[in-house]
Amino acid sequence: MTLKTIVKGKAKGIILKSYNPINFLGAVDKKTGVIRDENHDLFNKSVKDTILVFPHGVGSSVGAYTIYSLKSNNSAPCAMICQKADLTVASGCALANIPLVIVTKEEFESLENGKEINIDTDKNLL
Amino acid sequence: MELTKDEEAALKGEKGETLELAYRILVATGEATDAERLVPITWAHLSGVNYNTIGDAGEEFLSKLSQDAKVIVKTTLNPMGFDIDKVSKYNLSENFIEKQQSICNSYEKMGVTPSFSCIPYEIFDLPEKGTQVSFAETNAAIYVNSIAHLKTNKESAFSALASALTGKSPYSDLRKDDEPNLTIRMKIDEPNELTIGMLGFFAGKVADNSVSISGVKDLDKRSCKSLCAGMGTSGTCGKFVLDDGSNSSEKIDFDKKEMDKIYDELNSADHGDLITLGSPQLGLDEISDLASMLKNRSFKKRCMVFCPRAVQEQARKIGYTNELERAGCEILSDCCTCLTPLIDKKDVDSVTTNSVKGAYYLKNSNKVAVNLKPLSEIIRDETK
Repeated sequence: MTLKTIVKGKAKGIILKSYNPINFLGAVDKKTGVIRDENHDLFNKSVKDTILVFPHGVGSSVGAYTIYSLKSNNSAPCAMICQKADLTVASGCALANIPLVIVTKEEFESLENGKEINIDTDKNLL
Repeated sequence: MELTKDEEAALKGEKGETLELAYRILVATGEATDAERLVPITWAHLSGVNYNTIGDAGEEFLSKLSQDAKVIVKTTLNPMGFDIDKVSKYNLSENFIEKQQSICNSYEKMGVTPSFSCIPYEIFDLPEKGTQVSFAETNAAIYVNSIAHLKTNKESAFSALASALTGKSPYSDLRKDDEPNLTIRMKIDEPNELTIGMLGFFAGKVADNSVSISGVKDLDKRSCKSLCAGMGTSGTCGKFVLDDGSNSSEKIDFDKKEMDKIYDELNSADHGDLITLGSPQLGLDEISDLASMLKNRSFKKRCMVFCPRAVQEQARKIGYTNELERAGCEILSDCCTCLTPLIDKKDVDSVTTNSVKGAYYLKNSNKVAVNLKPLSEIIRDETK
């Protein structure tokens, strides 16, 4: 796969895939990592220890702190894969040291929910 | 992204931990937005102040950072969790007050102006058109790009903080003269600020970096802020242009069907236990307007009115605040509707507001039901 690395790192985990963008401030509980927006396709699921695959972040600029808080509360995803990068997710992952990569639309489509994958940005591997 | 030798050295940590952190953020955000380099900015506006939004992790991060970090450009601040003068009137925990004060102290220690406002564009003098700034508050970023003709990315709390510490920001698309690739045709007649807010929420969902909107003329301040706030809540779009729709971009309609979908997504009650006005905070024009609408009328239930401290002081001199208080309004500064700890689901089941942004966060973060209606209807139904 052609990865664009935004935040470097290695991770292994189970894919949690969403087709909806995420407003981290409003939609994610910063302590537990549970999605609390009932209109979201991941409602009531937790992002903790997953490889979180979603189109991109939206909404509040403070969502970056939510990502940092998730990490501090041990409730963060072990990596994130987006189709489009945005400043909130990029800066949150940069500060929290959560690997973040961008993939093409086709590659995004091919990532299956529930599947285990490895990410190694040094080797450009997914 | 290309860095200068100095920037490269700072990224490697040769200029201390604070700058290393700041450049790490700038490089990630620069890569994310395909920026080729960093550009100087002259004003940073930071979000991430309310303890309810940033929590213990945020409070500890800022406390540690402020031990040696200093901002090097004019830096202003978003609202925090309560009104400094009225904190004792609300039932806030000591822990909340203490942590909130620590956050405010950390920002002040770094040299940030404690403006506690999400409408910096209404309370500070604006620089010349075309000036590069870094605004994190989404409604403010969209407003200054679209109305004040300044240039900013739709910054995140951390990217704006990194800008404040370095005086730089990635030269991403919104900082250039990019053309919107989508036009939304507004098909709702006689729109009010709520309809316009829902148009913004819709625009945020469908647009990319910037969007053109046709069929909307002469936005008043209230509707304009409502558009910016709605757009900022649902998307990544950081700029709008009002035009006649004669451009060659892709077209999409905002009609009654689309509006009803958004209304159903955000509205969850047919009445509110209390009313909130000011998300974004109200400026002096809106306070003046509200004072005239409330002439000889009083609210039948609690109504919280949020405005910046600077606006409240001006309004007090002119006499508007007397009029609002007589009508039963609680005037609150330094804070706003979004994730306010002053509205707790233990005491309140539902809130009436005219703000789409307020509705989204009241519903998802404060977990209360929301009754959305325009200001004219709030005055009609909730005052006597």
